[in-house]
Amino acid sequence: MTELEMKLKQVTQAVRRGKLSRRDFMSYALSIGVTAAAANTMFATAARAEPKKGGIFKYGSGHGSTTDSLDPATWTNGFNFQFGKSVMGAPLTQLDPKGDLIMHVAESFEPSDGAKKWVIRLRKGITFHNGKTLDSSDVVATINYHIGPDSKSPAKEYLPGVTSVKADGPDTVVIELASGNVDLPFGFTDYHLSIYPSTDGKIEWEKGIGAGPYILKSYEPGVKLVGERNPNFFKDTWFDAIEMITISDVAARTNAYLSGEVHFIDRADLKTIDMLKSAPNTEIYNQSGPTPYTAPMLTDVAPFDNPAVRKALKYAINRQEMVDKVLFGYGKVGNDNPIGSQMKYAIDPQPQHTYDPEKAKSILKEAGIENLKVDFSVPPNAAFAGALDAALLMQESAKAAGIEINVIREPDDGYWSNVWLKKPWSMCYWGGRPTVDTMLSISLAADAPWNDTHFKSPRFNELLVQARSELDEAKRAAMYAECQQIVHDDGGQVVLMFYNFVGALSTAVAHGEMNSDQDSDGGYMVERWWMA
Amino acid sequence: MHPVLRTVLQRLGLGIVTLLAVSVIIFSSLEMLPGGYAENVLGQSATPETVAAFKRDLGLDRPATVRYFEWIGKAVQGDFGSSYSGLSGSMKRDVSATIAPRLYNTFFLAAMAAVIAVPLSLLLGAMAALYRNSWFDRIVNSVTLTTIAMPEFFIAYILVYVFAVKLRLFYPNSTVSIGTPFVEHVYRAALPALTMTLVIIAHMMRMTRAAIINLLASPYIEMAQLKGVSKSDVIRHHALPNAWAPIATVIAFNLAYLVVGVVVVEVVFVYPGIGQLMVDAVSSRDMPVVQACALIFAATYILLNLLADIVSIVTNPRLLHPK
Repeated sequence: MTELEMKLKQVTQAVRRGKLSRRDFMSYALSIGVTAAAANTMFATAARAEPKKGGIFKYGSGHGSTTDSLDPATWTNGFNFQFGKSVMGAPLTQLDPKGDLIMHVAESFEPSDGAKKWVIRLRKGITFHNGKTLDSSDVVATINYHIGPDSKSPAKEYLPGVTSVKADGPDTVVIELASGNVDLPFGFTDYHLSIYPSTDGKIEWEKGIGAGPYILKSYEPGVKLVGERNPNFFKDTWFDAIEMITISDVAARTNAYLSGEVHFIDRADLKTIDMLKSAPNTEIYNQSGPTPYTAPMLTDVAPFDNPAVRKALKYAINRQEMVDKVLFGYGKVGNDNPIGSQMKYAIDPQPQHTYDPEKAKSILKEAGIENLKVDFSVPPNAAFAGALDAALLMQESAKAAGIEINVIREPDDGYWSNVWLKKPWSMCYWGGRPTVDTMLSISLAADAPWNDTHFKSPRFNELLVQARSELDEAKRAAMYAECQQIVHDDGGQVVLMFYNFVGALSTAVAHGEMNSDQDSDGGYMVERWWMA
Repeated sequence: MHPVLRTVLQRLGLGIVTLLAVSVIIFSSLEMLPGGYAENVLGQSATPETVAAFKRDLGLDRPATVRYFEWIGKAVQGDFGSSYSGLSGSMKRDVSATIAPRLYNTFFLAAMAAVIAVPLSLLLGAMAALYRNSWFDRIVNSVTLTTIAMPEFFIAYILVYVFAVKLRLFYPNSTVSIGTPFVEHVYRAALPALTMTLVIIAHMMRMTRAAIINLLASPYIEMAQLKGVSKSDVIRHHALPNAWAPIATVIAFNLAYLVVGVVVVEVVFVYPGIGQLMVDAVSSRDMPVVQACALIFAATYILLNLLADIVSIVTNPRLLHPK
């Protein structure tokens, strides 16, 4: 680095700390031969990089319904999952952009007895929005609310095998498990598990009081949420206030963005993405998620109980075409491994399942199967937008392999209760999960309620349980690699593609590196972004 | 008994029977739809355990007839129960409290559209009748027919594109909250009100025109013209009073449409009216909310039709003073 560059770096840092004005910076930069335009950009980038307080952030969401409520057990959509992640709620732990753990309400997690017993120490001095101090009894009540026998909460599945949750003094919680689980702290990043105030062991969620960065000012389900910065939040957060507005119609959402009504919209319309790209002061929010679209086959129902049929179908699908036509390029092809490549312990199993109709034909021939005809139950949009289009592409590409796919159009209404998990071959999607273990446990473990392929590989289940309590990183990685290979080779889950989270973000808002595990910066958007 | 009073009582009696029938139909159709409230709210993340817990909590594990009679028993006493959503904790979302702000918004928008559309269409209709087959008549006819023929979401998008995105005179979305001041509410609701005006104006305008033209051929109008009454006075004093009955019916029909048929406009403009609430409630099978919305819609139709009939009677001396 030359002396001039060194000097430039120093002044840039001064800008970042807010110690140098634009005029001073510009005159210096010009004096050492940087062009005016370049200097301007440098100033903007440097000045933007340091978060500052202020501003009202407005977000136009494609999610949210009038039947939503503040009950954390019922949160399921892309609007209210943020409540628990970073709006009113504060969970014990968070994820950073790389997928590593950040301590949040918890100060530390200490495992013992092969990760069967966990001692959680809580950060001291946290208060809820109503001034009540957060202590261990609130944490215990929150956990019990979700795992109790009468619980309606999907969070049950993220804390498997918890046998006892006890407070040990005001700042310590002790959790005991039936079998070891190294990933337990990751389970607590789940949005359902943000900590609520409690009395007599029962949490009070009705007023939306949590310990998170924003105090709930008003909430009309399916319309709008307004929050104000919590001055006593135990970490930094930047916006003075936030407005989250449900705009279900994609054209209305796009218009709201284009006319400057909102700073950020999620679920942009990929068909008209170019219009957003050319809008002034706009950054396309594009994060490739660990979120697969899948076509699960029930591996105990004919003809899918025959491994040759499953393998042949995996080769008979043109996934690249699907990414190009259904996702307009905003996604990645799947390789029959539901673990997204950005996740820790993810592998890319070999051989890659690409479109190879000849190979599919020969696999079927070897197995003595002729004129394979399969039923495929597909909803137009319930599993994912464009599911029917994807199915028709599959139908076409499979013809070349001599396989006839009979696409049965199922209603969106009641799809999850009547078709998925019940029909031999259907469509599905999975949201991001914090760890390989949760992803595999909820969808592929033999006893999982959402095992939508009826996958019951003894070796896979043995490895999954072993890996959960394996403290040696290398051994654990090897076990997960084998698990993924088994699913890839033998499973009934056809992983079609991974979709990207695509939205439009105004340059009036600045952000650091973003999480890609879920939409809206992993749900941490309102806590981590700031006004540029 | 006075004919007006008799009509009112008769219609109200029939109206109550209609409402009962509506509630039975709505309830049974919800029961017939696949999946229940628990399955729909939990969606993909439903497990048999959580669904069962949900049903126990909401009392949905009991037979449908029991639930219907329990609901109707309370409804006739004016208690529409609580929405299923958020029913689990100590906080109940009262159906009336859930619907009230939405209903206010819907009536607000309907009133705004009606205030613009009704006088405008009467005026245009009367003028078109007066200058029939002129250029004015043709232009009014073709413009209003064009706007009614276009799907309302399309009109809405055009208005948004021109007035909100390009000219930036109005907001592209009409999100209002409970505390929105009146003037801002009017401003925010301007584009949806304009959309609805464009959708309903043709029907009322053409009915006014047809009714007046029909009368202009009658001998007593000719008499009025012969005695030298001006054209506008002929319409105002002689033709219009006799044309009220068919016009009132069409106006009532369109006003009812303004209340019950605007879900598409609501969605495009993100306006929190009752239509969106009902659609969300139906898709999640939130029975108490769906029932209350359906009854409001049915009652709107019944009352507005009743009003139209009263107008026909009052404006027609032969019906008002029967022999």
